[in-house]
Amino acid sequence: MKRSDLKSWLKTWDAGEFDFTAEMGKTEPEKEHPGSASEHPWKRRPVNRLEEGEIWAFRRIYPVAAALLCAVMIGFLLLTVEKLPPFGRADNPAHNQVMERYVEKGMEETGAVNAVAGVILDYRAFDTLGESHVLYTAATAVFILLLSLRGQKEPEAEKRIMQMDPLLRSTARIVVPLVIVYGIYGILNGHLGPGGGFSGGAVIGGGLILYATAFGFEKLEKLLNLRTFRIIVLCALCFYSGAKCYSFFCGANHLQTIFTTGVPGRIFSAGLILPLNVAVGIVVACTMYGFYSVFQRGRI
Amino acid sequence: MLQGLWNSRIPCVSVILFAVGFSTLLLHRNLLKKIIGLNIMDTATYLFLTSIGYIQGRTAPILADGITDAKCYVNPLPAGLVLTGIVVSVSVTALMLALTVRLYQRYHTLDLDEIYMAARREENREDRT
Repeated sequence: MKRSDLKSWLKTWDAGEFDFTAEMGKTEPEKEHPGSASEHPWKRRPVNRLEEGEIWAFRRIYPVAAALLCAVMIGFLLLTVEKLPPFGRADNPAHNQVMERYVEKGMEETGAVNAVAGVILDYRAFDTLGESHVLYTAATAVFILLLSLRGQKEPEAEKRIMQMDPLLRSTARIVVPLVIVYGIYGILNGHLGPGGGFSGGAVIGGGLILYATAFGFEKLEKLLNLRTFRIIVLCALCFYSGAKCYSFFCGANHLQTIFTTGVPGRIFSAGLILPLNVAVGIVVACTMYGFYSVFQRGRI
Repeated sequence: MLQGLWNSRIPCVSVILFAVGFSTLLLHRNLLKKIIGLNIMDTATYLFLTSIGYIQGRTAPILADGITDAKCYVNPLPAGLVLTGIVVSVSVTALMLALTVRLYQRYHTLDLDEIYMAARREENREDRT
C-alpha cells in the first residue's frame, strides 16, 4: 500500500466510512499476469520448491497421524464409557438430589408443568440468557461478514424458477399458516408441555423461510427488514435481560410482579416463563430467517 | 469388558458417532465437510447427554395430573443442557458457514491446502513489494 493510499484510507477510516468487507472481497489487481483473466494469479505462479515439499510431506503424514489420533481417542473413550454406570438405572449418580428437587419442588416454586421449562427459564435462566446472546452475537457476526457484499447479484433465474413453481406456491399457501400457528402454539405452550421458545421459534423461522422461498423476499421485507429485525430482537433481548438481571441490584431477592406463579396448568401461570419464552421465540425466529436471507441473497 | 460395553450401549454409540465426526473433521480437506463433521460431533454429544439423563421405565418430566414424585420422571437437567448445546452449535455452524463463504469468494476454492498455499503466496508477494 502506498503512502498516499494509506492517508486516504485513514481519512475514510476516521470518518467511519471504511467498508472492511468490501476491501476483503477485492481480489488482487491482475496487472502482473497478463492473460490470466480467467484464472487466478496464484494458480499460475511457480510454487516454491521448499513449500511444495512441505505440503507433499504434510499430505503424506497428516492422514496417518489423524487416523492414529482418532483410533487412540476412540479407544480411550470406549474404555471410559465401559466404566460408566449401566445405562438407564435409577440409582446412577447422575440422578441425585438436584434432580429430585427440580421435579418435586419445581411445580410449586416455578409454576411450570414442564419441568424442563422450569429448569431452563427459571432456575437456570441466566444460562438461557447467555444462550440467546450467543445466538444474537452469531447473527451479528454473520451479518458483518456477509451483509455488505454489494457486488453480489441475486440469482435472478433461480429466483424466477422457484417463484413460478405452482407446486411450491400452492403447497406453501396451505402449509405456511399451519406451520406458523404451530410455532406460536409451541411458544405459548412451553411451560405446559413439550415446546418452548427455541423449538417454537425455529418452527416459525422455518415457516418464514418457506414463505420467502415460495413468494419472494420482497413481500416479507415490509414486515421484516434489517431495521425492524434490529428493533424486535434488541427489544426482546433487553426485556429478557431486564427481567432476570434486576436480581443483581436487589440482592438476589425476588420482586413481586404481576407475573405470579398462578395455578399450574393454566396458560397465564408460571410467572415469567411465558413472557421469556415469547422473547426467546422472537429472537430465534428472526435469527433463523435472517441467516437464511443473508446466506441466500446477501442482505435482509 | 463386553458386558460393560453392553450395559452402556447408548454412550458407546455416541462415542462411535463422535469418532466418525472427528475423523471427518480431521481427514477431509474440504471446509464444508469439516463443518459437517463438527455437526456430527455435536450430535454425538447430545446423544451422550440424553442417554445419561434417561431412566428406564419413566416418562418425560412433564408433571401432568399433579404427580410430583421424582420416581416417575427422567432427569430434566440433561435436557436443558442439550438445549443449550443445540443453540450454541447452530450459532457456531452459521458463523463457520459465513466465514467459508468469504474464503470462497476470495480464493475460489474450498480446499484448505489450496487456501493455505494461496495465502502464503500472497504474503510472499507482499514481502517482496
